[in-house]
Amino acid sequence: MEVACTVRLPIFEGPLDLLLHLIKRNEVQVSDIPIATITDQYLATLEELPELNLDGAGEYLVMAATLVYIKSRMLLPTAEDDEEPEEDPRGELVQQLLEYQRYRDVALALGERAVLDRDVFARDPEALGPPAAGETAEPCVRDASLADLLDALREVLRRLRPPPVHEVAGEEISIGQAVERILARFVMAERMEFTSLFAVDRTRAEVIVTFLALLELIRLRVLRAEQPERFGAITLALAVATVAEATERVHDLGRLEAGWRGEGEHHGDGDRDG
Amino acid sequence: METVTETDREHRNGNGYDAAAQADLGRLPALIESLLFAAGAPVPLARLVEALDGPERREVTAALKVLAEGYEREGRGIRLVQVGGGYQLRTPAEHALWVRRLLHERPPRLSRPMLETVAIVAYRQPCTRAEIEAIRGVEAEAVLSTLLERRLVRVVGRKEAPGRPLLYGTTREFLEVFGLPDLSALPTLRELGEAEILSHPELVVDAGGVRPPAPAAADREPAGEAG
Repeated sequence: MEVACTVRLPIFEGPLDLLLHLIKRNEVQVSDIPIATITDQYLATLEELPELNLDGAGEYLVMAATLVYIKSRMLLPTAEDDEEPEEDPRGELVQQLLEYQRYRDVALALGERAVLDRDVFARDPEALGPPAAGETAEPCVRDASLADLLDALREVLRRLRPPPVHEVAGEEISIGQAVERILARFVMAERMEFTSLFAVDRTRAEVIVTFLALLELIRLRVLRAEQPERFGAITLALAVATVAEATERVHDLGRLEAGWRGEGEHHGDGDRDG
Repeated sequence: METVTETDREHRNGNGYDAAAQADLGRLPALIESLLFAAGAPVPLARLVEALDGPERREVTAALKVLAEGYEREGRGIRLVQVGGGYQLRTPAEHALWVRRLLHERPPRLSRPMLETVAIVAYRQPCTRAEIEAIRGVEAEAVLSTLLERRLVRVVGRKEAPGRPLLYGTTREFLEVFGLPDLSALPTLRELGEAEILSHPELVVDAGGVRPPAPAAADREPAGEAG
């Protein structure tokens, strides 16, 4: 038996969650909600909430309005000359609730699994060597995430030689130029190591411009960043057939001409701190 | 060096390896145990076969099974699980309390919003933030960024739709954290609600419902399940 409920909002993960809670408490079926009762209880729950933050409240209030609307539609007499079979005003909400309930159940089941580092433990992973040549690699090569790329960038920056004391202000490179420079390197090889991309960069600014250009090329799906082993080396591969196609794609998207050139010049003067 | 198979011999002749570096079948389970212990991370079957350099795939699979069953039968403090496309040694869940006390680590927090959101992504991937929000009825930006940070989900591309919204998918870390061999170990949505199934992926029968793409099932025989 449940004790009289003083319900507080944070328990609920949103209006659908609250509704499911009320439905369960009333021991009714999702498919046949007593809309008047549930609406009253829903509104009562909202009033008990001491303080609603605006973001969260909006979602709860929209649902309140939906409930009141459904309730009013159910009270209306059906138009007699209406040929079409009367649609249950609750239908859409019921579908939404059922779908949410399914995922809520999976979430529950996932949470009850033997979770790594909570219920079960493994040794810290060692990086495996690259698979032998000719051996069929993993069925799916893991794409490097942004976090992986940032880790790799950090490493490149760390290894950067300290800037010479008398640095001659070198020519600044824009992201557009960096894009072209990266693509040019793929004429010779279809894939290359992430770090080798930065071999010619001498300053932090250059490294970062190259990195931004790389992100842009990944975003445009011209290049792919693969990381077969977790925390392993990242390999860059051409995601289109040829460099010509890649260049075309980049130009099609109008990036080279529009934003980047100016952008590069603007950012060019800072970042000398090494 | 008593038992030497045909393939073993071929390899030896072909590669001119030292006999001591060859794996004979009798000690294969122990050898695999060493490899898995040393690696820490889940090791794909192909990598085991490659490192062992001699025994065939099915022999390695059989040895994995022997190893997994041995741990279970003897009530050892290690289990062999199949997770994230590979094999890994893990502690059994019954020992969590003691291991945690030793390591003094706070267990990773998995809140309900995180679990619900990652569940939606797992089934509907690639999916957009708007789809997640439509299902959960609440905004999803904050929880998605937490999941991205924890590497349970990743951006897999952009949807060719107005605004080109980002598409999200789950990661290998997702499989590892939840002890899933692969995405096909998730039950079909139709089966949900029938409790317990998720913790026993081997019970899942294909009901032809919504099911994430299943890779070849051949690698999944000796399921030393973490459950």
